[in-house]
Amino acid sequence: MNFSKIYALGLRHLYLIKNSFPRLLDLIYWPTVQIFLWGFISKFFTLNSEYYNNTVGIILTAAILYDFLFRASISFNMMFLEEIWSRNFTNLFIAPIRIREIIAALTLTAILRTLIGLVPAVLIAIPLFGVSVLNLGVPLIFLLISLYLFGITLGLLVTSGLLRYGPSFENIAWASLFFLAPLGCIYYPIEILPNSLQFIARGLPLVHIFEEMRSILMSNSVSYFNILKSISISVVYFIFGVIVFYLSYFGAKKRGTLINMGE
Amino acid sequence: MFIEIKNLSKVYNKYFAVNKINFQIEKNKTVGLLGPNGCGKTTTIGMMLGLVSPTGGEILIDNKNINSFRRDDILKRFNFASPYVELPKKLTVKQNLEIYGRLYGIKNLNSRINEISEDLEIKSFFNRKTGELSSGQKNRVSLAKSLINEPEILLLDEPTASLDPDIGDFIRSYIQEYKLKNKVTILLASHNMNEVERLCDSIIMMKKGKIIDSGTCEDLIQKHGRNNLEETFLKLARSKNEL
Repeated sequence: MNFSKIYALGLRHLYLIKNSFPRLLDLIYWPTVQIFLWGFISKFFTLNSEYYNNTVGIILTAAILYDFLFRASISFNMMFLEEIWSRNFTNLFIAPIRIREIIAALTLTAILRTLIGLVPAVLIAIPLFGVSVLNLGVPLIFLLISLYLFGITLGLLVTSGLLRYGPSFENIAWASLFFLAPLGCIYYPIEILPNSLQFIARGLPLVHIFEEMRSILMSNSVSYFNILKSISISVVYFIFGVIVFYLSYFGAKKRGTLINMGE
Repeated sequence: MFIEIKNLSKVYNKYFAVNKINFQIEKNKTVGLLGPNGCGKTTTIGMMLGLVSPTGGEILIDNKNINSFRRDDILKRFNFASPYVELPKKLTVKQNLEIYGRLYGIKNLNSRINEISEDLEIKSFFNRKTGELSSGQKNRVSLAKSLINEPEILLLDEPTASLDPDIGDFIRSYIQEYKLKNKVTILLASHNMNEVERLCDSIIMMKKGKIIDSGTCEDLIQKHGRNNLEETFLKLARSKNEL
């Protein structure tokens, strides 16, 4: 890995944000709107639901964690799409940067984009709704790692689709996370799902992450085994995502789509 | 021979985009790649840049198959410019050159950027976003990017397409001068016959994925009994049978 090249590619995306105030605003705007919306919903449920009573902000914490996943994935996709939209794709892929360095650069830069968007929203939630994700304590770090890995995996799969099918795959980029959200059991326990779907849902790291989050906030108990399980599943998916990305890259070279991308 | 293309083919669903072509380029020479639209020029360039996998044949650089090099090792010896490929529009000219300078691992990057910017007269719009520039300005920036690493092999795809005669002439003069001062091997795909005559040591004519003729401009004009390269091109492009 050549870190100066990874830095260069990351810098390209940071310059993009730095040069455009609307772009920066866009990064912050959506997470903040989400926090407001889910903050009020959370407040309502806390006051009116037996399941959530005495436990302030479970829904809001879930919304924040889900948004972290969403932003990580979308950031990865967006940075890749930026190269297509700006017709810079050919220049990037003929530069002496290895594919693994491109993946590393997008992965590392996505965290910055995610944090730029989410940190203000998280901070707003503290005084406005009295909810802080920091209440999750040390496990929060591991939950975020697991979420981030899974978010990047989804990004890798979507960008693989872009390599395979071209810019027309863009709509899938936006829809990918909404497709998985019902199975992720973000706002409800897994028992709500029919048995057949529970089996599929357990194969996703999301269920274990959000079950653990609820367990910490509602009964103050931490199972590091569950957290490790979620990270392990995320790592397996991440490796799968990288393999699919490489296969799509070689497939795109075979089909000659790299040279026309963005035109 | 510096660059050797041997039996290079690219087949898409039984359609030969490039059909067993063979050519060689000596070090520090400029070769023109001519032919009608869809004849396989861009696919050939794409295969040389590693953007397209050949279906058959091989590309040798210094007698070594291009696939035996590590991706980043071989690509740092190349560069490419085309008006159909752009640099990030929302980044300034300076930022773009900085990013690509870093990607190509250029030492003393600032002085290289300064040098090339002065040569190509792009300093006056250095801090403007690339997307806000005119075609001529964008073209010069694109050329600056393609020369940032002082490539051994420069691939140019219609570098002066859609430029006014003044800017087109500026680019051609610059490439001509650059060739004299630097060690660079150039493959130039172009539809501008004056440009090809001015810049190229020899030319390769392609049609329907095949090389139909090659040689120096003078030789080809004479061989086909025409007055200039444009007429020669038209004769070859319109001929029903391959020559």
